[in-house]
Amino acid sequence: MWTMIARRTLQALPVLLGISILTFILIYYLPADPARMYAGPSATVETVTRIRHELGLDQPLWVQYFSYMGRILHGDLGFSYRKQESVTQLILGRIPFTAALTLGGICVELAIGLPVGIVSAVGRGQWADRLGMFVALLGVSAPPFWLGLLLLYLLGYVVPIFPLGGAASPAALVLPALTAGLGGAAWYARMMRSSMLDILSADYVRTARAKGLRGWLVILRHALPNALNPIITMAGMDIPWFIGGVVLVERVFDWPGVGRLAVEAIETVDVPVILGTVIFTAVLVVLSTIVIDIVQAVVDPRIHYGR
Amino acid sequence: MAGPAPSVAGLTADQGGYLALVWRRLRRDRPAMLGVVLVSLIVLAAALAPLLSPHDPAEQFRDGLTLQGEPMPSTLLTGGGLRFPLGTDASGRDLLSRILYGARISLLVGVLANLMAVALGALVGSVAAFFGGWLEIVLMRLTDTMMAFPTLLLAMTLVAILKPSVWIIILVIGAVYWTWIARVVYGQVVAMRERDFITATQALGASRSYTLVRHVLPQLMPTIIVWGTLGIATNVMLEASLSYLGIGVQPPTPSWGGMIQQAQSFYRTAPWMVLFPGLAIMLTVFAFNLLGDGLRDALDPAQRGKL
Repeated sequence: MWTMIARRTLQALPVLLGISILTFILIYYLPADPARMYAGPSATVETVTRIRHELGLDQPLWVQYFSYMGRILHGDLGFSYRKQESVTQLILGRIPFTAALTLGGICVELAIGLPVGIVSAVGRGQWADRLGMFVALLGVSAPPFWLGLLLLYLLGYVVPIFPLGGAASPAALVLPALTAGLGGAAWYARMMRSSMLDILSADYVRTARAKGLRGWLVILRHALPNALNPIITMAGMDIPWFIGGVVLVERVFDWPGVGRLAVEAIETVDVPVILGTVIFTAVLVVLSTIVIDIVQAVVDPRIHYGR
Repeated sequence: MAGPAPSVAGLTADQGGYLALVWRRLRRDRPAMLGVVLVSLIVLAAALAPLLSPHDPAEQFRDGLTLQGEPMPSTLLTGGGLRFPLGTDASGRDLLSRILYGARISLLVGVLANLMAVALGALVGSVAAFFGGWLEIVLMRLTDTMMAFPTLLLAMTLVAILKPSVWIIILVIGAVYWTWIARVVYGQVVAMRERDFITATQALGASRSYTLVRHVLPQLMPTIIVWGTLGIATNVMLEASLSYLGIGVQPPTPSWGGMIQQAQSFYRTAPWMVLFPGLAIMLTVFAFNLLGDGLRDALDPAQRGKL
């Protein structure tokens, strides 16, 4: 078990290295000059040159890369000249909000997606299946920011149940989480149905039926645990898209998370913050895929990594 | 090789070519045909936008605003006949005309970005899998690294650095989306490279490049066609998301995502400004998803009805 975890973590190292190189290239080719931004618009050429020297921007590329890597490994993602605050501090302050939204969104995804998928698969071809899959495909096709605005209009304004954005009370989380989860719920419903259909035609399910177990017992006890395995894999693929959705949802509801920070940074061309959020989320994606692989190996003992 | 041609799903292969067979299967699939009809209608609407639009999409009408200077709802509801059938926006411009012209941008970006992504993804995926060695390691590590970045966030950052324009957006979406296709193609070619027909071709003295182009690529056509369709749906959504965040297609060019961004401050008083552009996005994404799903079933009948 522990060797598996260690091996899987080692496999992630090239990707983490790739992330650092790609983001470094992005910084290097940026049209904006960090020394000029640090010095401010009224600084003289001499001042800018001095600052460039102090920041190490006049050193060879590989020296700059290693000092950049060194800073990242110490948790230093740079300094926002616009906000006059360290990028790491800025991101840390936003994490609780994004974490709450992500957890809420995942709950919505699973609570709606899995039952719909199971019911659809069991009643394959019947009206509930057809309707369920039609609505699921519509749900996958609806832009999250549009769904969010519609929910705000209906449940925040016409029938004022929930607050109109912000993060002042726990009730403010409901609409953003619903918006973040609905598209994914539709996606999981389709995946769950497909996975369940594969399992339902397996021999051991037929055996369970043949020995006289009741229909729903067979599905819940025998088919469901195995049908969940591919769903865990798909959860890993879903993460990069889910975070994109979170960025949009945070913009709609003015939710003060990491995604909102990234959008603000892009609006104000705050380059260190843009790159800081990109690196942060990419590392987060890599770590969550490791966690998902480990969970999968625990759930399904047939999986052995690297053997 | 005497005897009747093998029959698939009750159809014999010798009634016309392979494409005719695929088309007959597609025609029996009602959701897929709905997709065909919707895609055709959207393409027609985009092509004929100058003829179908009641107004110039950029013209700001004096009677397009209420006396208080607010956007107007549909004139069908207010007794103004067909003057502004879907209402107007905050500048007094006709919403229907802007949505029709917006279809051009959505399809242009969706189709061109996806052509780029599919070409690049198929190339990288098949070359990596078929040639193996260091090419495989470098290309697939690059793919893994790119996939670790949340798709929307990476696209946002690239567009912000390169300054938004329609062509930059096409390039950026193509550049972030190819990895998904590379992954799928890679998996298929890895499964194919040990098969007998490849070994036989190699034994007969064909070069590896020749084998790749003449024997491997044709086998990939179903995948390329399916992703060539489903990918358009994803890319239309990505463009709309970027434009909603204000870093996509820039005003005054009408784009659906941009229209919703401008509508956000008016969603309580003028919900139609949010509703109709979002419906247009959803319908377009839905249509390409339906068609892509149908094509998958028609090209690979073993998967029929599963997803």
